[in-house]
Amino acid sequence: MRIKEHPILGPLPVAKEVIIIVDGKKIKAYEGEMISTAIVASGIKTFRYTSKKKEPRGIFCAIGRCTDCVMEVNGRPNVRTCVTPVEDNMVINTQEGLGIWENWRGGG
Amino acid sequence: MKTELAIIGAGPAGLCAAIEAAKNGVDVTLIDENRTAGGQLFKQIHRFFGSEEHLAGIRGFEIGNMMLEDTQKYGVKVLLNTVVWGMFPDLKLGLSNGNMVSVIEARRIIVSTGALENSLSFPGWTLPNIMGAGAAQTMVNVNRVLPGNKVLIIGSGNVGLIVAYQLLQAGAEVIAVVEALPEVRGYQVHASKIVRMGIPIITSHTITRAEGDSCVRKAEIARIDDTFKVLKGSEMILDVDLICIAVGLRPLAELCWMAGMKFDYLPQLGGFVPLHNENMQSSIEGIYVAGDVAGIEEASSAMEEGKLAGIAAGISLGKIVKKQGIEIINKAKEGLRALRLGPYGDYRQESKEKIVHHYYAA
Repeated sequence: MRIKEHPILGPLPVAKEVIIIVDGKKIKAYEGEMISTAIVASGIKTFRYTSKKKEPRGIFCAIGRCTDCVMEVNGRPNVRTCVTPVEDNMVINTQEGLGIWENWRGGG
Repeated sequence: MKTELAIIGAGPAGLCAAIEAAKNGVDVTLIDENRTAGGQLFKQIHRFFGSEEHLAGIRGFEIGNMMLEDTQKYGVKVLLNTVVWGMFPDLKLGLSNGNMVSVIEARRIIVSTGALENSLSFPGWTLPNIMGAGAAQTMVNVNRVLPGNKVLIIGSGNVGLIVAYQLLQAGAEVIAVVEALPEVRGYQVHASKIVRMGIPIITSHTITRAEGDSCVRKAEIARIDDTFKVLKGSEMILDVDLICIAVGLRPLAELCWMAGMKFDYLPQLGGFVPLHNENMQSSIEGIYVAGDVAGIEEASSAMEEGKLAGIAAGISLGKIVKKQGIEIINKAKEGLRALRLGPYGDYRQESKEKIVHHYYAA
């Protein structure tokens, strides 16, 4: 849930809307925000599943250190979504285990 | 690439060091792996304590903005999106900005890489929406999203108490703050604030397990005795969808280890802390440490230590006249002393003195 009004920080700053595609579903995001922000705002809590026990993992440190929130972004696995900003039409998938590189076309 | 002073980490310590040194004519390069400078200052939306000199009464993110303006004003070169992957005793730093690897040669280095939140392991602790309290704070205050609505906080230090209040401000319901010790750990002023809002601080309790699926759903807490053993039959189940772990921080000192600095183990300051002298000089000539990496304290102390390190580096570079520099250094030291007074400060003062003592003994 987005915090639209905040007693100290005021109203949510206005930003341009973009669309990201998360596991095939279109999700609204705002330019400049981190991928994890848009995902959490849409209600998703699980970002990936571990390789051996297939356990769910989500945000843990939110500052790019722990790598618990990694997902596949535009085909590239292991992208730290809490420190990677959204781009319009970005394709993001829940990562299974160590992720697959086959869909990566370079960049990102 | 060459620079007179390279500073790693653009949080409160690094920013202050950069400003002080650049103000006095030192050529400064400030390096940070994030997209923006400020470190964890921008999630601090509460007013700071201390005296006027410590910018008391001003909110953390406002202090951050003031410092960013100053870095520009004094011509600090800021390299963002840049990871320092190596620090070598000959004062070279390995950098990577994602696409390119390079080396920067410095005459002095200040390491101000900050800290990392500690975790706590219990059955279920890896479930989504069990996170560091600092993580939740980043999400509500910087990202402006609320990760959960029914929150349990583990740990009643200042981070736990402040984050509890800030989650309330963000619109969440905080079920309780749980503390393993028999008394509240943080400042009374923070504790009173949340108790007034009706949040219980449950002392002598711990979390024993968590349950959930794609998100945590339940937490079990239980009473513990003075040997931290769980008392059977005292378990309580709470419905929650967010658990914040606030059980302290530890120095983020990988680069210091890598460069071969000498360390000391001081639990009062967060664990392994690089040895340094009273002017923040580490055990490696020319490399200074400042802020949380030199022992966990708070942003105000980090800023004073940054100032100290920036000036000390400037003096040793011959860029700051010793007499003038020492005046600033002494003021910063007085400031630090004032921040380390009282029941919450004495142990930090003692531990810091130990580090300096061990620096000279090593």
